Amino acid sequence: MSSGLSLSYVARNLYARKLTTALTAAGMALVVFVFATVLMMAEGLRHTLGGTGSDSNVVIIRQGSQTEVQSTITREQANMVESLPGLATSPEGRARISREVLVLVNMPRKGSGGLANVVVRGTTDNGLLMRPQARIVSGRPFRPGSSEIIVGSAMARGDVGLRIGDSIAFGMRSWNVVGIFDAGSSGFDSEIWGDSEQMMQAFRRQAFSSLVVGLREEGSYQGFAEALMRQPQIKADVKRERQFYADQSEKMANFISILGKTITIIFSVGAIIGAMITRYASVANRTREIGTLRALGFRRGNIVMAFIQEAALLGFVAGVTGLFAASFMQMLEISTTNVQTFSEVVFRLVMTPGIAVQVLVFSMFMGVLGGVLPALQASRLEIVDALRSA
Amino acid sequence: MMASYVFRLASKNMWRHRLRTGLTIAGIAVAIVSFGLLRTVVDSWYAGAELSSSARLITRAEASLSFSLPVTYGERIRRVPGVKDVTWAIWFGGIYIDEKHFFPQFAVDAETYFDVYPEFVVPPEQLAAFKRDRRGVIVGRKTMLKNGWKIGDQVPLKGTIYPGTWSFTIRGVYQGADDKVDEGQFLLHWGYVNEKIKAVLPSLADRVGVFVINIKDPGASAAVSAAIDSGFRNSLAETRTETQKAFQLGFIAMVDTILVAIQTVAYVVILIIMAVMANTMAMAARERMREYATLKALGFSDRFVSILILGESLSMSLAGGLLGVALTFPLAEAFFSATRDLFLVFTVTPVTLALQVASSLLIGICAALAPAWNSSRVRIVDGLRAVT
Repeated sequence: MSSGLSLSYVARNLYARKLTTALTAAGMALVVFVFATVLMMAEGLRHTLGGTGSDSNVVIIRQGSQTEVQSTITREQANMVESLPGLATSPEGRARISREVLVLVNMPRKGSGGLANVVVRGTTDNGLLMRPQARIVSGRPFRPGSSEIIVGSAMARGDVGLRIGDSIAFGMRSWNVVGIFDAGSSGFDSEIWGDSEQMMQAFRRQAFSSLVVGLREEGSYQGFAEALMRQPQIKADVKRERQFYADQSEKMANFISILGKTITIIFSVGAIIGAMITRYASVANRTREIGTLRALGFRRGNIVMAFIQEAALLGFVAGVTGLFAASFMQMLEISTTNVQTFSEVVFRLVMTPGIAVQVLVFSMFMGVLGGVLPALQASRLEIVDALRSA
Repeated sequence: MMASYVFRLASKNMWRHRLRTGLTIAGIAVAIVSFGLLRTVVDSWYAGAELSSSARLITRAEASLSFSLPVTYGERIRRVPGVKDVTWAIWFGGIYIDEKHFFPQFAVDAETYFDVYPEFVVPPEQLAAFKRDRRGVIVGRKTMLKNGWKIGDQVPLKGTIYPGTWSFTIRGVYQGADDKVDEGQFLLHWGYVNEKIKAVLPSLADRVGVFVINIKDPGASAAVSAAIDSGFRNSLAETRTETQKAFQLGFIAMVDTILVAIQTVAYVVILIIMAVMANTMAMAARERMREYATLKALGFSDRFVSILILGESLSMSLAGGLLGVALTFPLAEAFFSATRDLFLVFTVTPVTLALQVASSLLIGICAALAPAWNSSRVRIVDGLRAVT
């Protein structure tokens, strides 16, 4: 990799042409910024939904129903599940199982005036016990057997903006918000929780949506899943809770990635062309300098290397600038509908080391791609002609 | 005479730095392509709402679309003054082979559905065959093509909402009356699904997702909507009735944060490329300062020199713009096939094309402004003395 020409020569070349360097780098930095933001968006969605739930809980929904909202589980089926092996015990000494009911309720969004499909989850004491990550941050938990609800912190903060003391009407009843809970910026933060049996009555439902069961230990999943499959009356799909929610982010995250990558690729072509124009101009301006270097005994390879390093350094500077700007996007919180579950999800953009590396490599690659042809042109100059040029 | 002379001189100038000109044209083409593509993405989201006639109302459960309504509401809605036809549909949501082979499936009332949707054009004999066969389906042309089906084929679906494996026979194909109609739907008998589901999951039986209503007077849509909803107020299943357009826009509003982001990006791209282009033009003009001074010394006016610069800039930006417009079509096609499930239609509209051409003109003019002004300001002596 030794170019013969020192790195400080390369760096000073960029520094000597501050304006051109800054303009070219700014164009590339913008592309990097867009690329990083898109990756952060997809990652944020995965992070939020993938961080929902725990590995020691299992979600059971009706076979083939895909989401909790579409699923139905009867009381008899729930009772059968309770007697399966591998389950943890609740404080009352029974199997730790939460019979949950999920509905989507329209609520107005404050900003745009549209409607959000908010997940309203009827849960139980066991359900709360199995999700210790959900802590009440203000107010108090709902009282079982009442029309009280608690709202996730994202629903309290974001476009929906619910407050303690608000009341919401659905299922021919009015429900009072008595508390706000935070579940470590996971998908639960975009939900509203209340008492399961109350919701069943309000919606005149005979069947639950899903069952959430606690495993005695994480490893007993296999045994439990097999025991469940052997029950002919229960046709169900089983997944670890964390996996269940992580899978719900895939479609949307893929869409964001495809759209983002298409945009980025097209932009990057523009940025590479921009870099090429300025690199060619830079070669043209430095013809004499290149001739001098050759006359001093530097080889063609040295010259090519130096120019490529310069381009890569330019890309690196652009990458760091773009990343720096993108890191501020972590403050942004997006509230949108998850197309896969049709429900509102609030997530924050997330920067990871993986994204940073990916973006930097991409940026340097852009720089090198823009610099390689001009570098070859520079090396092809004949010493005499180069020295003689104006 | 003068115009053709300017044009010849401008194009000669343009080709002096072939590489730089080529690169600049390519850069503009890229900008125009991305602008067109982003606009098309936004347009396509709204396309579903654009097609709707205002004489059509949609009634759904007040709480949210995930709640169903009793089918008996249909008769009560029909008696509301101003209502012409009523039909109903519910999302079926079956899986064909796997989730990648997605197409929208609705269980519809076979007798009335196609009366309310005249823009779904089905040959009469196929429609009759569909009505006769309870397991028959009518499929949109696009979905037929995508899966390589023909009439008479059996289509097995794995139910998600309605459990079990279902098998349907294709009895007909519908085409859109114009190209804004979604030709991807798979329409099956609600009556058949309802009958089968009664035995296994009675709680899902006799329920529908939406009622679709044609009204006599499009101007009365607000009054009729209010009349329908008030009829079901304080019942177990309250309703929300809105025009089809408002209903569709409600879907779009769910993802509007993403749309706003896309639109912002589209305009930023144009700005960046404008800067790059302006930079190139400035570079070229600076190099030719001596020539421009010579032209002026020979007696050509400032205006002539400015027009020369503008001509060069415009030819470059228009060449780039046209190349971009030409590239938009294959790229839009490729993007559509990568994200097939998410868009009903994905066509580049004439408005987008016009905007693409307009923005390339704008780029050309803006890029020429500063150099043209500079060259007209410079004194002949200074210009001749200029070092490049």
